[in-house]
Amino acid sequence: MLGNQTLIVLIGTLLLGVASGMVGTFAVLRRRALVGDVVAHSALPGLCLSFLLFHSRSMILLLCGALVSGLLGAVVVALMKRFTRLREDAIQGIVLSVFYGGGIALTRFIQNRYRNEPGSDLESFIIGRAATMLKADVLQIAAVALVTTIIVLVLYKELTLLSFDEQFCRVQGWSTMGLDLTLMLLTAITVVVGLPAVGVVLTAALLIIPPSAARFWTDRLSTMMMIACLFGGASGVVGTLVSANISGLPTGPLIVMTSTVIFIASWLFAPHRGVVWNGNRSRDLDVDPSWLVTESQFADESPADLQIKRGSGM
Amino acid sequence: MIEAEADTPILDVHDMTVAYNRRPVLWNVDLTIRKPGLTAIIGPNGAGKSTMIRSVMGLVPMVSGTVTAWGEEIAKQRHRIGYVPQRGSVDWDFPISVFETVLMGTFGNLGWFRRPGRKQKELASQCLERVGMQDFANRQIGQLSGGQQQRVFLARALAQEAELYFMDEPMAGVDAATERIVFDLLKSLSEEGRTIVVVHHDLRTVPEYFDDVVLLNVRIVASGPVDTTFNSANLQATYGGRLSILDTMAEAVQKQKETE
Repeated sequence: MLGNQTLIVLIGTLLLGVASGMVGTFAVLRRRALVGDVVAHSALPGLCLSFLLFHSRSMILLLCGALVSGLLGAVVVALMKRFTRLREDAIQGIVLSVFYGGGIALTRFIQNRYRNEPGSDLESFIIGRAATMLKADVLQIAAVALVTTIIVLVLYKELTLLSFDEQFCRVQGWSTMGLDLTLMLLTAITVVVGLPAVGVVLTAALLIIPPSAARFWTDRLSTMMMIACLFGGASGVVGTLVSANISGLPTGPLIVMTSTVIFIASWLFAPHRGVVWNGNRSRDLDVDPSWLVTESQFADESPADLQIKRGSGM
Repeated sequence: MIEAEADTPILDVHDMTVAYNRRPVLWNVDLTIRKPGLTAIIGPNGAGKSTMIRSVMGLVPMVSGTVTAWGEEIAKQRHRIGYVPQRGSVDWDFPISVFETVLMGTFGNLGWFRRPGRKQKELASQCLERVGMQDFANRQIGQLSGGQQQRVFLARALAQEAELYFMDEPMAGVDAATERIVFDLLKSLSEEGRTIVVVHHDLRTVPEYFDDVVLLNVRIVASGPVDTTFNSANLQATYGGRLSILDTMAEAVQKQKETE
């Protein structure tokens, strides 16, 4: 039933989903989810330049180029944040589209100029082409998944502290810059290794959607991370199977669509935090007495505080 | 008041100036704390109270000035310094329990890579008990009232086992029960020989609970023992002629006289 090729792709997308879910959990909680998107889009010109430099089909060479320019994009964001007064979202928008625009121009240029050279079809990196995944690609993904898992587990305590309370982290003497850099590197290599399969435009979704869906099911970070890995892996598997059985459907977008279905289901049906659960309960609120606060208590609270409390049902 | 001059001060802030976007928010601040006890930093909104403790701890860069604790740079004494940030500074929807939050206080002394073990967990439980929150250990932190959240932050600071504490408005927006607990805790910490610097907004409670007071409005208007420093002239100089504040001041000074 499952061809050899499908099996390779399945293992690849499964591992990719798991690694993304793990790294993505911290990226989302640290509010750095869009760093992945910046890295992914910024990776495209590096990929092209790497091809122009080496004229090689070697995936590792291409991905190294992608990683360098992806990280360059992230560094430009950091520098602009430091030296301009623009807000971070604006900066990310600018950097991401400029790099991506340059990348698109280069892929077209390469395709027109080197039409007859094997591997010149770099446009496949835009939405990815999982179906042609090789054993070597899967091994790369497995290596990245292993390395990120080890680093995340070793630095679990430090990354949790950083994500929850950066200032307290600094007061205790941790190098928040080093930790942020580590998290950025993990994000970048996870994104880059996913590029051939899921593509520049969509890899960041794998980083963001499964952890966001996982948050609905639990109030514990460790559980959230496991569920995010599960959701990421499941999205990879289901997306791959669907695209393998219905001809003409690309794998990357289907993986993302699967994770979105999981997200919507979580948002609707998760106990305690889901919409359906809360809809049923809003009438007969069983309010814990400790929750009842006097009005004077709110007087000193900022509107943002109240917002967080009211919004916590979502 | 002649202290043992030879001793290095617990905290020494010298000539500290801090600016946001080139606008000075703290100007030439000098502060020396020589003996353990409870110090309140008071002043109007925008006086730079929080900025002051945050720059002392190195969270906000200084334009000029030096800060030392026990004669050394703050960076070298971090394991002896504890911090209670403002409650609004974190995302209370973070997937973490009360107990795990308090456990974070022990991370500084644990160092890189080491996981909290039984010793750290016992310490965290004791700290939770000290603030009366042991029954909430497994709650997600967002499911607490404001006062309870504040107590969790205090318990986390206790778990740091520090000698010098900085607390940013630990009494802001808390219920009466929590205020009681917080003050009792501050008192017992002080009796244990620790030094606590509190950014405080409630003038009325200053004479009752604090040993020293710093009146701040961008510059230090006055600082010293509450008995001699907390008077209407200094308060007026700090708060200016704001009517509602003046009433509070009168009340506070009155209260102080009664206690004397």
